[in-house]
Amino acid sequence: MSFLKVNNLKVYYPIRGGFFRRVVDHVKAVDDISFELKQGETYGLVGESGCGKTTTGRTIIGLNKSTSGEILFEGKDLTKLSRRDFHHHRQDIQMIFQDPYSSLNPRKRVLDIIAEPLRNFERLSPGEEKRKVEYYIEKVGLNPESIYKYPHEFSGGQRQRIGIARALTLNPKLIIADEPVSALDVSVQAQVLNFMQDIQKEFNLTYLFISHDLGIIQHMCDRIGIMYRGQFVEQGTSKEIYSNPQHIYTKRLISAIPDINPEKRVRQVELRQEINAEYKNSYEKYFNAEGKVYQLKQISDTHSVALP
Amino acid sequence: MSNQPLLELKNLRTSFRINNNYYAAVDDVTLTIKENEVVAIVGESGCGKSALALSIMGLHPQGRTKLEGNVNFNGKNLLSLTTSEMNKIRGKDIGMIFQDPLTALNPLMTCGRQIEESMTYHTNLSSGKKKQKALELLKKVGIPNPERTYKQFPHELSGGMRQRVVIAIAIACEPSLVIADEPTTALDVTIQAQIMDLLKDLQRQMKTGIILITHDLGVVAEMADRVAVMYAGEIVELADVKTLFKNPLHPYTRSLLNSIPSTASEKDRLHVIKGIVPSLQNLPREGCRFKERIDWIDDHNHEEHPILREVEANHYVRCTCYNHFHFPEEIGDSKYVVS
Repeated sequence: MSFLKVNNLKVYYPIRGGFFRRVVDHVKAVDDISFELKQGETYGLVGESGCGKTTTGRTIIGLNKSTSGEILFEGKDLTKLSRRDFHHHRQDIQMIFQDPYSSLNPRKRVLDIIAEPLRNFERLSPGEEKRKVEYYIEKVGLNPESIYKYPHEFSGGQRQRIGIARALTLNPKLIIADEPVSALDVSVQAQVLNFMQDIQKEFNLTYLFISHDLGIIQHMCDRIGIMYRGQFVEQGTSKEIYSNPQHIYTKRLISAIPDINPEKRVRQVELRQEINAEYKNSYEKYFNAEGKVYQLKQISDTHSVALP
Repeated sequence: MSNQPLLELKNLRTSFRINNNYYAAVDDVTLTIKENEVVAIVGESGCGKSALALSIMGLHPQGRTKLEGNVNFNGKNLLSLTTSEMNKIRGKDIGMIFQDPLTALNPLMTCGRQIEESMTYHTNLSSGKKKQKALELLKKVGIPNPERTYKQFPHELSGGMRQRVVIAIAIACEPSLVIADEPTTALDVTIQAQIMDLLKDLQRQMKTGIILITHDLGVVAEMADRVAVMYAGEIVELADVKTLFKNPLHPYTRSLLNSIPSTASEKDRLHVIKGIVPSLQNLPREGCRFKERIDWIDDHNHEEHPILREVEANHYVRCTCYNHFHFPEEIGDSKYVVS
């Protein structure tokens, strides 16, 4: 039994219009994707904005309703559970949100924000609660005195760390991290990433790491899935994706990463132009008539790519 | 490349009033930007990068800010100008590209009108001419269907397209200097690559000087000619881009470079800079400001009054502590390794 298995997941949003505002079409945010997570690994979902990676994460945690497909978490299909049964799983799956400005309640103190999950699931005395909150706030690199402050008193990076502290309080098994560090400075980013790796070992956490930053994804993830318009383009281990990308879209993403070596700057621009040219010329090879990618095909045990 | 400095900052100090005391967020910054040159300013948030940019543009709230020093641009000291004099320069001679394209654009105006706005203030073009020019600009920044975008509102566009419109506004009056404050931070990698290539192209065509403010060292490596690393309001290292990446000297620069998860390196742990950037009120005003964050280096290795010193041709470093700096990981000094 795998830890988390997603089978043929589809999330469609209706477009209404015309007479009686009937459903005229669907936005296929996530269109038939399947993947699997083993316990303790980090799986990276990569793609540009609008490709459905966030929707996938939100559907797994139950913030969006799936249209069809299965999400098996430790053998149980989360899409078929009632609200009450789902409640038990909420402490096992936690989320770190993308936007640290809208994910924290501006009217609550940091103490109340971080203690909220604790109050939902555990009965702690105010003293214990405060000690626990202080422990996590220190773990994420903030001053323990700041628990009596309000979110607006913090910078974006600090707010994100409050969000991470909140996700950790219940010792979850799976953490869905939706662009957890894209709002942070490099040095803070390094700290958060190291910290995420540490607690992963400590608590045997599994991460679904959603990001558009391929440098971070490579650093963090064991396996990677690349998404384009709601579908998987390529899936494989980190090494396979970076050293042997097969799909033109993957190549394009990788070539877009700025190189840290200024001497290679001209080469990098040329590479980008070459790949863009290839993207234009051999479009039919990779995309079907509707502009969608083909079904995934296995090319090795762990590596699969969407080619006809 | 001419050697005439386009913009000259001399001992610029920007202080904000907090509880009736003034605290300098930008402290004694001296920097020149030449024509046709991209100067990047790098540092963590809270290091004064944006405060520096806003000081040049005169966009700080006047009552609470004290500006000292000189900002020489076209033979004028921008700090001594009145608001109306400044308004003639802002948008015309100096353009600005903001970080978040959605908040930088007016949601109630079409993109076309927003591009025309600065032309209305700074030129006497007829409305037909302005429209023609706006369309040209939209085309120049790589918008596929300029006529359509001209009539669209910002919310109808994607992030990358919006940022292109922001760039079009910034270059509408052909400024000789563009200040780009984190121009690609809010964008996807592929879009970021496009915007970087676009900025480079435009810069080459129009020979503008660009001040590029960013915390992304990858962007710096691809775009900048010279780099100024800022920490706690001061420039701690200044060098041309190749030197800086090949031979970084200041401990702060080296720490920053070591903390990037790059695709080239496959090390397990990233370097973490100990502690945080001190807040404005708690900034150490004497000695090496980075001292606290590298406390495994002995005190006597720091200077008492560190200055920005030229250590080799065109390579400036503040404080002598770089001579003695090493990472705690290198000598296995686990006591100081931060996780």
